[in-house]
Amino acid sequence: MPNLDATFQALADPTRRAILARLALGEATVMELAAPFDMSQPAVSRHLKVLEGAGLIVRRVEGTKRPCRLAPAGIAPVDEWLDMLREALTKNYERLDALLATMQPQEPKDPP
Amino acid sequence: MSKMTLKTEGDRYIIVTRRFAAPPEAVYRAHIEPELLKKWLIGPEGWSMPVCINEARPGGKIQYEWTNGKGGDFYLTGGFVELVPFSRIVHIERMHLPDPTPDNHVETTFAPDGSGTLMTMRMTLPDAATRAAMLKTGMEEGMEASYVRLEGMI
Repeated sequence: MPNLDATFQALADPTRRAILARLALGEATVMELAAPFDMSQPAVSRHLKVLEGAGLIVRRVEGTKRPCRLAPAGIAPVDEWLDMLREALTKNYERLDALLATMQPQEPKDPP
Repeated sequence: MSKMTLKTEGDRYIIVTRRFAAPPEAVYRAHIEPELLKKWLIGPEGWSMPVCINEARPGGKIQYEWTNGKGGDFYLTGGFVELVPFSRIVHIERMHLPDPTPDNHVETTFAPDGSGTLMTMRMTLPDAATRAAMLKTGMEEGMEASYVRLEGMI
């Protein structure tokens, strides 16, 4: 299974989330990724290394460049499962709310 | 709508929090009394829990069986580890899909929160194979629900 610690650590940083958002539009080189950020290429490369380590992006070699793209398989399976869990729990707890309302009527008012 | 939060803790646990507009005693009872559990712990629309065994004491057994009345059935077994009335339940459960999933260790706490309750549930994140099996079951249910809706339309 993917290492969730690495995944969530990678996603915790706003620059890395922005890089992922850019990559969602398509493959990009380090130079292209560095452009919108006021950041050196080595700094961007460090972020890319974290994202790659978390399995969120993959890189290929093209001459001296190593373009990056999203690796959707990195996090999707856990997300999908958590979504299903969230949906099931939400439905259950909405029913529980209704049940609790019948168990615990409104604050008792003074008898008429 | 934002009553519930669900987040992972490391790569091994899931933490769910939920607020309820009832005191801890009522929320706690709804988690262990079969007649109450049958009314809410049933997942997607169209399912019910005909079997609900809940021996709410340390070492006591848990067995829940769900059905959608159309051949879709699965069940869960487990046992209680610790119960502190109205504030804490520790139990172990596994789903049978039909092969048993690895044990899910679940700790649920109920804390007073104003006039209501803040429930916090810490459970084990299942491994990838278990998640895949659960997703498969969930998708079959989802498809079944879609077919039922379709039947209503034609």
